[in-house]
Amino acid sequence: MSAFLTYLLNGLAVGCAIALIASGLVVIHRVTGVVNFAQGTFAVVAGLCASSLLGLGLPHGASELAAVLAAAVAGLLTGLAAVGRPGTTPLSSLIVTLGVGVLAYAVEIVLWGDQPRSAPGLAGSVTVAGARIQTQHLLVIAVTAVAFAALALFFGRTYLGKALTACASNPYAARVVGIDVRRMGLLAFALGGLLGGLAGVLVTPMRPISFDSDVTLIVNGFAAAVFGALTRPVITLAGALLLGVAETMAAGYGYGSHQLEIALGLMLVVMIVQAGRRPAISQEPT
Amino acid sequence: MTPAPVVEVTDLVVAYGAATALDRVTLSVAEGEMVALLGPNGAGKSTLANALAGLLRPASGTVTVRGRLALIPEGRQLFPDLSVADNLALGGWRSGVRDPSAVYDVLPRLAELADRRAGVLSGGEQQMVAFGRALMSRPDVLVVDELSLGLAPNVTAGLARHLAELNRARGLAVLLIEQNARLAFELCRRAYVLESGRLVTEGESAALAGDPRVAGAYLGGAIT
Ligand SMILES: Nc1ncnc2c1ncn2[C@@H]1O[C@H](COP(=O)(O)OP(=O)(O)OP(=O)(O)O)[C@@H](O)[C@H]1O
Ligand SMILES: [Mg+2]
Repeated sequence: MSAFLTYLLNGLAVGCAIALIASGLVVIHRVTGVVNFAQGTFAVVAGLCASSLLGLGLPHGASELAAVLAAAVAGLLTGLAAVGRPGTTPLSSLIVTLGVGVLAYAVEIVLWGDQPRSAPGLAGSVTVAGARIQTQHLLVIAVTAVAFAALALFFGRTYLGKALTACASNPYAARVVGIDVRRMGLLAFALGGLLGGLAGVLVTPMRPISFDSDVTLIVNGFAAAVFGALTRPVITLAGALLLGVAETMAAGYGYGSHQLEIALGLMLVVMIVQAGRRPAISQEPT
Repeated sequence: MTPAPVVEVTDLVVAYGAATALDRVTLSVAEGEMVALLGPNGAGKSTLANALAGLLRPASGTVTVRGRLALIPEGRQLFPDLSVADNLALGGWRSGVRDPSAVYDVLPRLAELADRRAGVLSGGEQQMVAFGRALMSRPDVLVVDELSLGLAPNVTAGLARHLAELNRARGLAVLLIEQNARLAFELCRRAYVLESGRLVTEGESAALAGDPRVAGAYLGGAIT
């Protein structure tokens, strides 16, 4: 029983990291209509930056903050490439983000080499109801909860958040009222970079990160984001947690080498069931 | 002395790729004036509206707007996922006005709808939201692209009354694009007629309504 609880808690932590990646995908897609395949890259950039800065002796906190900001800048640059030119279609932008991801490999290998790097996180562990959970995992869960609450407040309550939603809801109307849709798209990419970066600095202490870790991150994040129809943050979070728990359980009960397949298979089943339940044509509420 | 124009369009050419949608169009709207723009489907009316709002770049010619211009676009174009109150608030993006209460004073029905999602409203209600959203920017001139489109006559009449009242009380200038020429001539002192991207006629509404060609094409026979 306590093994089950341990897997569950660890799975939630893994799911939270996935949720942060997915939330970046959702934010960017909501505002620009672009599926950003460079989303995993933001996490990798942040993870590698954090490990370097900590290696240079910068204190915790400052290192992670700087790394997350670096990821936000990476997001902004990706945005400039993908949606910076007016009139770029979402499909062309998607291809550009793929290109950015590949280009990032080269830059990362030059700067950090091709070996996985780790970074120290919060040491120690605590025991919850007989289950041991690493303090770092609790941190991931806490930060994700705060990030999702902040996102919900930002998009649901603030004027700027509503302007961002408006760009997704009706870009032409956004221009009619005077909103600079291009600039909002860049803002969304920067925010996506920030969220990806957050995932990166939180994950790196849990599992070492290398230039090509973005593939695993994006596959998981993408599955969760699609689960939330690329627009609905709360359902995305639920999907990500389900994925994280399923993968951790699979690994915990001895199917470690197939954990990704098991999780994605499960995801597929859930999505098919869901699609069958939902009417074919529906306006997705936010 | 004639009042200064708030909108001045000179030799405007707008093209979509190789297709010319507006061909050397020249028109003006004076301060506090209500002007109608008529024309058949595909004449280029909406193209002109978008060019006035700065959403389309002219291939040549000039568009000069003194003061602030707001557009009620063809087909309402609301933010369907957002509430009516949020739609209105975003209408104040340019003016910095966030509080819709001044618009509720003009259009009290909107206060009742404030918390509804814009996407689920009826056509008439949506047009009212589009109207209110445009007012949020505190415009000096309002371009209305098809006020009556798809609306019951009494709903259109209600909106037309609001428009006339704003014009009278606040000196709001209006460029009214309309398929319903009778309504347009009733509201506006002057009118332009656009066909295939070119202005073919302009003048006082009364004179145009008496012009057999205009009456034949837009009024289904002479009006009495
Ligand atoms: N985005 C576009 N791309 C290419 N051509 C366009 C575009 N928008 C309009 N056109 C063309 O430009 C011409 C003028 O269109 P516009 O929408 O301005 O006409 P309109 O007078 O508003 O017509 P309606 O009464 O049907 O609204 C039409 O021939 C139309 O096909
Ligand atoms: Mg039109």
